Parts: sequence; C-alpha cells; structure tokens
Amino acid sequence: MTMIKAQHLAVSYGHGDTALKVVKDVSFEAQKGETFGLVGESGCGKSTILGALAGRNKQWTGSIEIEGETIGQKRTRAQLAKQQLVFQDPFGSIHPRHTIGRTLLEPLEIHGKDRRQERIEKVLTDVGLPLKFRYRYPHQLSGGQRQRVAIARALILEPKILLLDEPTSALDVSIQAEILNLLKDLREREKLTYILVSHDLAVVAHLCDRVAIMQSGGFVEIATRQQLLENTVEHPYTRILMDGSRGYVSEKRERNSAALPA
Amino acid sequence: MAKSGTFSNLHDWLISEDFTSSRQARLHSVYLGWRSLIANPLAFAGFAIVLLLIIVAALAPVIAVHDPFAQDFLKALQAPSAAHWFGTDEFGRDVFSRLVYGARTTLYITILVTIIVAPIGFVIGATAGYLGGWVDVVLMRITDIFLSFPSLVLALAFSAALGPGIENAVIAIALTVWPPIARLARAETLTFRHADFVIAAELQGAGTGRILLRHIVPLCAPSIIVRLTLNMSSIILTAAGLGFLGLGAQPPMAEWGAMAASGRQYLLDAWWLTTVPGIAILTVSLAFNLLGDGLRDIMDPRNG
Amino acid sequence: MANTSDTILTVENMSVEFPTLTGVTTAVHDVSFTVGREKVGIIGESGSGKSTTGRAIMRLQPPQAIVKANRMQFEDVDLMTASEEEMRSIRGRRIAMILQDPKYSLNPVMTVGEQISETVILHERATRQEARNRTLAMLERVNIRDPERVFDLYPHEVSGGMGQRIMISMMLIAQPSLIIADEPTSALDVTVRQQVLTILDDLVVERNIGLIFISHDLNLVRSFCDRVIIMYAGRVVETITAADLDQAQHPYTRGLLNALPSLDRPKDRLEVLRRDPAWLEN
Ligand SMILES: Nc1ncnc2c1ncn2[C@@H]1O[C@H](COP(=O)(O)OP(=O)(O)O)[C@@H](O)[C@H]1O
Ligand SMILES: Nc1ncnc2c1ncn2[C@@H]1O[C@H](COP(=O)(O)OP(=O)(O)O)[C@@H](O)[C@H]1O
Ligand SMILES: [Mg+2]
Ligand SMILES: [Mg+2]
Repeated sequence: MTMIKAQHLAVSYGHGDTALKVVKDVSFEAQKGETFGLVGESGCGKSTILGALAGRNKQWTGSIEIEGETIGQKRTRAQLAKQQLVFQDPFGSIHPRHTIGRTLLEPLEIHGKDRRQERIEKVLTDVGLPLKFRYRYPHQLSGGQRQRVAIARALILEPKILLLDEPTSALDVSIQAEILNLLKDLREREKLTYILVSHDLAVVAHLCDRVAIMQSGGFVEIATRQQLLENTVEHPYTRILMDGSRGYVSEKRERNSAALPA
Repeated sequence: MAKSGTFSNLHDWLISEDFTSSRQARLHSVYLGWRSLIANPLAFAGFAIVLLLIIVAALAPVIAVHDPFAQDFLKALQAPSAAHWFGTDEFGRDVFSRLVYGARTTLYITILVTIIVAPIGFVIGATAGYLGGWVDVVLMRITDIFLSFPSLVLALAFSAALGPGIENAVIAIALTVWPPIARLARAETLTFRHADFVIAAELQGAGTGRILLRHIVPLCAPSIIVRLTLNMSSIILTAAGLGFLGLGAQPPMAEWGAMAASGRQYLLDAWWLTTVPGIAILTVSLAFNLLGDGLRDIMDPRNG
Repeated sequence: MANTSDTILTVENMSVEFPTLTGVTTAVHDVSFTVGREKVGIIGESGSGKSTTGRAIMRLQPPQAIVKANRMQFEDVDLMTASEEEMRSIRGRRIAMILQDPKYSLNPVMTVGEQISETVILHERATRQEARNRTLAMLERVNIRDPERVFDLYPHEVSGGMGQRIMISMMLIAQPSLIIADEPTSALDVTVRQQVLTILDDLVVERNIGLIFISHDLNLVRSFCDRVIIMYAGRVVETITAADLDQAQHPYTRGLLNALPSLDRPKDRLEVLRRDPAWLEN
C-alpha cells in the first residue's frame, strides 16, 4: 500500500520577485513500512521536501498523496497528525520551559485524546526513557535523551509516517547507534513509514530501502539499498557521496595505486 | 552545615534534580530562584523593602497609631515628636499614619496598573510578532504613537480629560505603560517565532491562541516580569506626579505625591511634610528597581 | 612518513582541571603522547577533552583552568615555563591552530586579503605590493579560483570551506612546524571537505611538519591520519596506527567502531556502546 506519493513536487520560498524555487520537480513514493532516504549536501533542499510533506512549507506545486488521500495546502488536524517531523537539533526542538511531561501532553490536549497519562507512560517506555523523566526539564537531559523525547512527541499521536530530518547528525556515534536501533525497532513494531534525511550515506543505507540522491533541488538518482551496498550506483555524484562517508581519499595514494599494474 | 535534620532533608529534596513529581520540579525552580535572590544583597534589599511595603499596606489600621483623617487644628504643623513620629500636617493630621495609609494607595495604583498593562501589552506585542504581516504593521504603528509622547505628559493629558480621581489616574498611567511592554513582547516573540519547538507545535495542529499562551508566554514571562518590576518605580513616580498636580488621589485620601504637594507651602517651617513622603517615594521606587535588576539575573533563561 | 622519529611535541602526564561550583572537574586526565612529523588524530566523543588538550598545548585554556604536566616540550621550548611573551611569538608562527569555524580565528573587520598580507609583511618583511602579490599567489595555492575577488571579502562573506582554505594559506606563509586542527571539516560537506583535506595533507607532507587532527569522525581520522589517539573521559585509552584501527584492542575503541554504520560491512543492528567504569581507572 502506498503511504506517500509525491508527484512533480516543486517548493519555493518568498513571493514575487524574490521567490526562489528550491525544490524542482521531484517525484517519489514510499510504501507502508518502507524507509525512503533523501541524501545530499547542505542546502540542496532535503529539509524543504520534508517541510512540504509535514505541512510546514505551504508554497508547493505538484501533488502529494498521504495514504491515498490527496493533500491540499491547508490541512485538517487529522491530516497533520498522520505524519510527524523529528528535527535535527535536539537542543532546539523541545520547549525549554516545559517539562517533558508537558511537552508530551500538549499534542494530546490539542487532539482531545483520552487516557493521557497512560499514553505518556507508554510512549516514554517505547522510546526507552524512564517514566520519571516526565518531571524533568530538557536542560537536564543529554542530547541523545532529548532526541528520544522528540521521537516520543512525534509518536504520541500515533502517526503513520515519521519524517526524520538528520535525527542523528548532532549526536556522537555511540548515541547515533542507539537512536538508529530505536528507529529500526519502532518501525517494525508500529509498522511506520519513514522518510529519512541525512548527509551520511552509511546512515541512510543502514535504515533505508531506497534512497534519492539530491543535488541543487533535484534528484540525480534513486538508488536501492542493494545498489549502495554492492556499489553499483549509476551517477558519479552518488559515488562522491559514498566515498565521502568512507572518509578521506588521498589523491596521491589514488595516483600511486593507479600507476601500479592491477 | 548547622542545619537541623528536617531542614537539610527538605533542602536535599528541593535541590535534587531527580524529580518524582511535577510539584517537586516546580518547587525546585522556586527554591533555586530564592537561593540566588538571597545570594544577591542588593536585590534582596529591594525584595525586603517591597515586602515591607506590602505588610505595611495590609496591616495599616494596626500600624497607624492615629486616624489619618482626624483633623485637629490645635496640633497643626507640629514637629516630629514621640506622639507624632513624623510630625503633623497643616490640618493637624498625623503624618506617620497618613504615610502608612498612603502605602495602600501606592500599592493599589501599582498593582492595578500592572494587572491592566501586562496582558494588554503581551497580547498586542506577541500577536504582532507571531502573526507578522499587516497585523504587525498596524499594531506597531499604534504602539509607536503612544510611545512618541513623554509618559508624564500623556498621563497628564489623559487624566485631565478623564477628570481627577484615583481610578482615572490608574487608567491614564496604564495607557502610558503598555507600549514598551508590547514592544518587548514582540521582540521576544520574534526570537522564538521560528524555533523548532514552535514549528513542532504548529505541525501538531496547535492554534494561534494556544501557541501564544502555552508556548510564547512562558518564554516571554521572565523579561516582561522584570520589565514590569522596573516599571513600578516609574508608575509610582507618575502617580506621585499626578497626585502632586492634584490630578490623582483627591483629598482627604492619603497619597504620597499629594502629601508632598500640599506640604510645599510650608517647606521652610515644616520640612517633614515634604521630606517624609519624598523619602518614601524614593525608597520604594529604588527598591523596585533593585528587585527588578536582581530578577533579571535570576529569571533570564539565558542565564540558566 | 618521513622521519617520524623526529619528535616535535612531547606531552607527559598532562592534566587540565576546571574549578566549578560543585568541585573540580578534571577535563583531561594524565595524558601523554608525542607528535612527530606526521598526522596524529585525536578522536573521542564530545566532552572527552579533545579541544581542551589542543588548547592546553597552545596555552590558550581559560584563565581559571589549571594545567599540570610532568613535561610539555615543543621543539626547543618548554611550554610549561615559557613566558606569555614567548608564547605569543610561538602562536601562529610556530604552532598554528585551525578551528571548526574559521570566522572565530579571523579578524571580522579586516578583509581576508589584508589579514594574509599582514602575515606576509610580518614574516617576510615584504612591501605592501609584494605582500599583495604573495597573498594572491597563496590564495591560488589553496585552490581559490578568483583570488582578486576573495582578497577583498570580509570573513563573514566567505563560506566555511573557503574560510578553512584562507586559514591554511596563512600557514603556507607563517610556516609553523606544528598545526593543531580542531574539527576543521566538521561543518563542511563531503566534497568541500575532501578539497580542504587535500590541501592540508599537501601542506603537512611537503613541509614535513606535524599535525594534530582533532575529530569525532572515525572514518575520517582512519583514512586521513597516520596515527590515532583515542580519548575517553579525558583519558587516552589507546594509541594506534591508523591503518590498524580495525585491530584496536580497547573495548571503547571497539565499541565505537562497531557502533558505526558502514557501507562496506552492513549490519542489521548496530552495536551499542556499553561503558565500563574500569575504563576510568588508569
Ligand atoms: N525560510 C527560507 N527562506 C528562504 N530560503 C530558504 C528558507 N529555508 C531554506 N531556504 C533555502 O532553501 C535551500 C534548501 O534548504 P534546505 O531544504 O534547508 O536544505 P537542506 O536541508 O538540504 O540542507 C537553501 O539554499 C536555503 O538557503
Ligand atoms: N571552561 C570550562 N569550564 C568548565 N569545564 C569545562 C570548560 N571547558 C571544558 N570543560 C569541560 O571539559 C570537558 C572536555 O571538554 P572539551 O575539551 O571541549 O571536549 P571535546 O572537545 O572532546 O568535545 C567537558 O566535560 C567540559 O564540561
Ligand atoms: Mg536540512
Ligand atoms: Mg571540541
């Protein structure tokens, strides 16, 4: 079943003369339970696409379907709840003056849900945080714990889709591993569909089934996980990004090894 | 530490960040605020004087030894003595008792003005900042118009138009105090307008009212409270100024500004008539300033 | 690398402590290492004391910090006893530093060209005109395409990658014998990072100098550096040749390696680091 379908999606910022088309005509879809990746260098438009899917950027053209339902620029509460965004910066995405409990209660109040404390306890357990954390303020939590809170806030409305905007790029590798494992578990348990943005192809290949490689607002290629792991991607730019995730490529060593007979 | 067992237990419970209830979390931040207030002598002095003012105003009938309105021309213009600590005025009323009752008037005016001004200033400023566009332009132009007059002149104009009386003085002062609060609320709102946590609330379907009240208020509150506290002194001075000019509290009501004004005819013979209320005005406005400065350090989110 | 035995920097049992309200935090705990004419990586999680170590070598720690060491020797200079005046003549000339954000190292009210020229005038006693030509040449050396335009830019007008190249171009002139680079490429995209590192690599290898490369990126350090120092909670837990990083022995290093998602060795689940209190004993 197709969860997300975007066709000829173009997104711009600004009005009139200063209008700037940042995403140019991209099309993709993600099935239920699938994870679709977006990779590319900073400024290529990854967050902008997520913003359009989440309902944050309203200046888009083309068509977006969520769970078969065509979405307009204005959304109802129920439509907003179907997909939730997880932000890159765990220090800026949680209200500094709300306790964690308050942060998690907020969406329940907006949507008039029942059994509130029960839901908060369940979601805290789901993301692996102790229950008493609900009385804490964000400044008392580490970066990894805050990102768990951000994931909990996104999950508490029981969305079908999580839009993950570089959820681990502000974290240490050891913490990144915990969060990536958590995301994998949640995807299986809750049958979630993810759109994962990252600049690191290794992270994307770890979690995603298919990946769109972006450059200045467009897709250069949509590669499968298999292609990434077997190194059979087509576009040279994808290769560059793959090399980048492996580290530094010494040009001298490269030249030397090229000079040697194979 | 030489604290008794229960006290140090309470201290530990309050200082612990391992909260087990939201009540503990709230008390924790209040307790930390209290501790930093004690650690700052000037702010604490301000706090103590303000507290004293409140106590005096609340217990005025108990503290005042004479009836503040009882006239006795035989005793007019007596110098400070054991019977009349601050002397008597031209009608023979006890200046100390009038000073004590005057604290009520002062507190009444400042509290009323603050209660009127805080929500109005916040709603106008935060709405302008959050919604932006033409709403922002219209609201801010109105604010600018009010801001462009010196506040005492504006207050004078309004109370002259509304007629003398303490309620009208409160309205006149409130009209001059809200614009800086609105400006401040707008500036603060703009810094949080595009924060990820505000966007997150929007994407969960929160409406404008909810965002302003639940998300923006807790962030703006500290600086607005600080600003209002610092404003108290100018409210007191403006009220005293209006009283002095006969536009505020009307006789025989005890009001510090009016007391100073009526005493000025006898400045050379009866110095206490102007000096005592003058010192009271000065002390209380200084106290509010010191407290406000201290609160800025304590409550500013950027400091903690 | 050529002549690794030629030691530039020796640090023995260095500790850095910060007095705080709740007691003394030891940010760096008894670390010892040497740097020769090579690229040495320092790697560890955030808060493990990498930057504090780098700053302590430059004697740029905050004033309240307490630095203790048995020995801190840079070439012929004893960094423990050198006067502040000596340190000033060493910083930037004999030991240079590159930070994550070049904007903090450049003077915001001078154009980048003027700043580089100033370095030229200081080091080569050149005239203004000669200095300008030298500067343009250096900008070209670090692969800046239109040096004339970049010369007149202010630091806030240049991109992160460009800023790092400008920092490196100053080092081409000042010719330090040790460079401390603190996360110089963490804010850069991979393609820009590759270009900046190539220039840095050329500089270090050609001039035969030492480089301390602070990073949290295992793959980057493994592929760029010759030797890697692994720090955990202010301690050096292991020092290993970069090529042998996969054979690292310490459980912390192994934990970090296993936590890393990899294109070459995909795993279903990443291993989660289990911290052992025993790592803190040494
Ligand atoms: N609110 C905005 N107004 C104008 N331009 C923007 C805005 N947000 C992003 N942009 C521009 O859009 C482009 C894409 O940004 P973004 O989607 O954030 O990229 P990415 O997430 O891939 O790094 C960038 O060039 C950025 O400068
Ligand atoms: N000025 C300071 N005052 C108190 N503690 C500090 C200060 N600077 C750094 N620290 C502490 O030193 C430790 C190491 O910090 P740092 O060297 O910046 O780590 P890294 O660069 O590895 O991320 C941290 O735990 C930090 O809390
Ligand atoms: Mg982005
Ligand atoms: Mg650092």
